Amino acid sequence: MRQKRSYGKGLPQMDPSLLKGTLIVIEGSDGAGRSTQIGYLLDWLERKGYPTTVVGLKRSELVGEALNEAMKGNTLTPITLNLFYATDFADQLERVIIPALKAGFVVLCDRYIYTLMARDIVRGSSTDWLKDIYGFALEPDAVFYLNVGPRILAERNFRKKGSLDYWESGMDIQRWGGMYDNFIKYQTRLHRVFEQLRKDYGFTAILGSRSPISIAKEIRAKVEKILAAASAAGKAADRTEKPAPKTEEKAPAPKAEDRSPADKGSGSEETSQKG
Amino acid sequence: MPKTNPKEIEGKLIAVEGLDGSGKSTQIRLLKRWLELEGYKVFFTEWNSSELVKKATRKGKKKKLLTPTTFSLIHATDFADRYERQILPLLKGGYLVLADRYVYTAFARDSVRGCDPDWLRKLYKFARKPDITFFFELPLEVALGRILEGRPALKYHEAGMDMGFSKDPYESFRIFQGRIYEEYGRIFKEFPAERVNATQPSEEQQASMRDIVRKRIDLKRFKLKRGSRP
Repeated sequence: MRQKRSYGKGLPQMDPSLLKGTLIVIEGSDGAGRSTQIGYLLDWLERKGYPTTVVGLKRSELVGEALNEAMKGNTLTPITLNLFYATDFADQLERVIIPALKAGFVVLCDRYIYTLMARDIVRGSSTDWLKDIYGFALEPDAVFYLNVGPRILAERNFRKKGSLDYWESGMDIQRWGGMYDNFIKYQTRLHRVFEQLRKDYGFTAILGSRSPISIAKEIRAKVEKILAAASAAGKAADRTEKPAPKTEEKAPAPKAEDRSPADKGSGSEETSQKG
Repeated sequence: MPKTNPKEIEGKLIAVEGLDGSGKSTQIRLLKRWLELEGYKVFFTEWNSSELVKKATRKGKKKKLLTPTTFSLIHATDFADRYERQILPLLKGGYLVLADRYVYTAFARDSVRGCDPDWLRKLYKFARKPDITFFFELPLEVALGRILEGRPALKYHEAGMDMGFSKDPYESFRIFQGRIYEEYGRIFKEFPAERVNATQPSEEQQASMRDIVRKRIDLKRFKLKRGSRP
């Protein structure tokens, strides 16, 4: 398995060589089937005995609540919204994802920086600026993009909630035209941006309109390969470092020396299990 | 970020930067009073004061959740909120906008905390450069003396305690401020600034600032129309 690395300038005081776990990302719009697939994958991984944790956007201890609160009001402007999300992501990366990866967990991310970038590109931000800002993000071991056409997405949202989401319809950037038309337009633009990001970052596109089980099998097959490679690399490293025990790699406690100085004393371990 | 055509901007932006204890806040407030009393359109904004973000920042500090990266990003969010909703619209609307601390504060503090200087400059790329930046210069010992004289209760992050320089808040503050002092020196080689000698008597500093403002900004354009003063 290749060593973890950041896309650009990494986080201060992070040693990527200590990140033994596996980082898997599922991307796609609301209604693309992300939660269903994460659920399948989580069950499968845990059944196989892999310690697994699920991370999603807007769930950070630092700003999750404040961000949810701010999104209810009508004062959030585009750059602020983006940086709020970046803060939320960075908090979870440093205090949930990285400690879990150090402990050898499989981390399943329900959306990642690509959603944040795509949303902002559609709102007029420059792709280069976003790539610079999110340069501290870790490169995942795999990214699956669930691609579902906007009309099916709308249909699934109606079935689930009876309405379309304000932000997922891009209502903050185009109020005329009505919510349904705006949803279709916005999701179409978002998809176009995602296609570009897919090329730039090389993620796997999955036709999300197929049956959930067949999608799950496709994802599982890819994840299985990644885990096998990781385990082979781990065993090889064990042989070269210490000849002793043959037991499977257990989760070592996160080491203190590569924690950032700001979170000394705040336990990052207890926040690492959410799924 | 959405681009702004500089030609659309009629207002002028004046920022003050410098160490804690350099007297910059006193000076920018005096500048504001002067401009207001002279009947100009003025708006004042200060670092870390967005209603939307402030609460989360306070929580992060209180519960010691902040890392160098999230410390930097949450302050950038705060700045962006004030920038997009106040600074930029007011500048477009032809105001004189006065800022107590601007992006250079983030460049200095966050790079001392370990963030990459180049990343920081990119992060704040959306922010317009001030038309005038006043940088308050004074020897480090004088600034430290002004703050530490009264043995105040230093706040954890203010003293840079998150850096682990020292267990003693006063010692930590000295080291932290010393690093920021050096960083400011580098920053204002890179970016233009009007240097204010912060060891001079207050009224002399203020007089020289007003001279510079008069010289560099055509103040007539910022007069409030008769009857429109609140």
